[in-house]
Amino acid sequence: MRLTNLLAGALTLGLAGAAFAQDEPTKVGFVYVGPIGDGGWTFQHNEGRLALEEEFGDRVETIYQESVPEGADAERVITQMALQGADIIFTTSFGYMDATNNVAEKFPNVMFEHATGYKRDHPNVSTYDARFYEGRAVIGTIAGHMTETNKIGYIASFPIPEVIQGINSSYMHAAKVNPDVEMVVTWVYTWFDPAKEADAARAMIDQGVDVILQHTDSTAPQAAAAEANENGGRVFTFGQASDMAAFKPVPRIASIIDDWSPYYIKRVGALMDGTYEQTASWGGMPEGEVVIGEITDAVPAEVKAEAEAMIAAITAGEYHPFTGPIMKQDGTVFLAEGEVATDGQLATMDFYVQGIEGEIPN
Amino acid sequence: MDLTSISPTLLIASLMVAATPILLAALGELVVEKAGVLNLGVEGMMIIGAAIGFIAAVEIGSVWLGFAAAALGGAVMALLFGVLTQLLLSNQVATGLALTLFGLGLASLLGQGYVGIKVDALPRLDMGPLSDLPFVGRVLFGHDPMVYVSLALVAATWAFLRFTRAGLILRAVGESHDAAHALGYHVVRVRLLAIAFGGACAGLGGAYLSLVRVPQWTEGMTAGAGWIALALVVFASWKPARVLVGAYLFGGITVLQLNLQTAGATIPVELLSAAPYLVTILVLVLISRRGRRGGDAPADLGRAFHASS
Repeated sequence: MRLTNLLAGALTLGLAGAAFAQDEPTKVGFVYVGPIGDGGWTFQHNEGRLALEEEFGDRVETIYQESVPEGADAERVITQMALQGADIIFTTSFGYMDATNNVAEKFPNVMFEHATGYKRDHPNVSTYDARFYEGRAVIGTIAGHMTETNKIGYIASFPIPEVIQGINSSYMHAAKVNPDVEMVVTWVYTWFDPAKEADAARAMIDQGVDVILQHTDSTAPQAAAAEANENGGRVFTFGQASDMAAFKPVPRIASIIDDWSPYYIKRVGALMDGTYEQTASWGGMPEGEVVIGEITDAVPAEVKAEAEAMIAAITAGEYHPFTGPIMKQDGTVFLAEGEVATDGQLATMDFYVQGIEGEIPN
Repeated sequence: MDLTSISPTLLIASLMVAATPILLAALGELVVEKAGVLNLGVEGMMIIGAAIGFIAAVEIGSVWLGFAAAALGGAVMALLFGVLTQLLLSNQVATGLALTLFGLGLASLLGQGYVGIKVDALPRLDMGPLSDLPFVGRVLFGHDPMVYVSLALVAATWAFLRFTRAGLILRAVGESHDAAHALGYHVVRVRLLAIAFGGACAGLGGAYLSLVRVPQWTEGMTAGAGWIALALVVFASWKPARVLVGAYLFGGITVLQLNLQTAGATIPVELLSAAPYLVTILVLVLISRRGRRGGDAPADLGRAFHASS
């Protein structure tokens, strides 16, 4: 796998085109961690890229590279894009953080935008993220109502703050409506490996988990749940990153959709009219970056209404999913009564809240 | 931690499902390497098998024809490699890598319209009362037919290489193509057949992913399984039975570690995640140590042959 990507990188290096003149269209580069056809995370970033092309037409030119491993290969790919004359490059996975900053140092005139990270070592590096935990609060609520075995599974990718926020947010809101609920977390250490994701889902189902949340990019857990349901099971899932509508109405009963197009259009637009500035953007439901997909009829009407009320409250800015009192797993206080988590606290979250069993690997 | 929540029956059942794709692919590659050819394109042939198998199963409506088409597709891909390396004498390592890249790209292209489509899964074999026996029934008699096909293929490959004249010729070609040529055997033909068989097996392994294990089509869904299969052949020192042990160990520990995590075992997750690789390598290396050392690889592995040389 690595070897092939290495070779792919070498190929693109060799085939690099000539430099472009300044009055050419704004060239926008995208680095994807999975294939566009993953049906999840990368698919949504690519939708954002297509929205850019639609918005600006001939004034932009987009380039992208799929399935770029997080690590040394990423640095080569990003460098290559900068050499190809990209004016702005979006690197769309947490693991590209150091690579993005390293390349940014060498190309001060190219703007870099790193998704879900927190390092902005150079003035030309911005970060952007979406408040997925807002969506997790909603599907956690639904999960708490829907489980009969009181076991909710979470297929987790890597122990980074974004994933831990998701686990905590969904657990807290599931436990709020169902105090008996237990959260089963399985770390698969990959963003994209359909076979492994399916195995993880199956292991959960075998052990009595009946609602599965995933923080990985493929639709394989949905397929595994669908298969279990065909064999007489009762398992529900939620679409992740993309709507995953093919699995409606069951097992997929709702979804968290990442909509990156508003952000991409805003940033590239700013670059074109000269108002571009370094930022650390963190949009959520109010900005339209986190959207809950259709809640299917498998969910009882009153649960659906409760979920919709929560969506409305978060969108209006009336409710923050991390509002105290919240205890850490070890019993110490994270947030006092009525206190709301700061973005800094969320961005460095490295603990489970009280009630979740197990340890976070580090 | 509640380990009683792990059911051994279900664990063994899913272990066999998890192991079958790499078992099939590794078995095919074993035969190819026994014939003295190093085909690094396993990943590419697997993903082509996964795509074509899925597409055929959806379009024709038969999972079995899906598997047949996958085997055929894998074999055609492999023969592309065969023509380039055996007839045009291109470099095997480079051609194999190119085959993987080509396979990944072609599979994405073919699979464009098939993302998110469902396919009828292969039903588990129902052997009447046998399958209803507690534990044994599910473990021995309750799998989908492809699991048995893969096991039969291991036995057949072993018997073929060990007991048949054709198997002897194939091994001779792999050990010394010059000697085999001098004896009047058609080295290139034997190797092309082996390469086609390897491709067909890789195709079947890929189709097992998209039709049984996952089951759906997703771009890049093999996610490195072909490379695992390649490594397995080496660590299994080119012996079918050891490939079986290795594949089941790898698949088994992959599934076991996910089950242990789900059950809340207090073992570091990093260790659990690395376990399939560590244990498989360790066990196979230990097995190999007992035999004679260093002499396991076919002597002419990866060397080009031309009748004039």
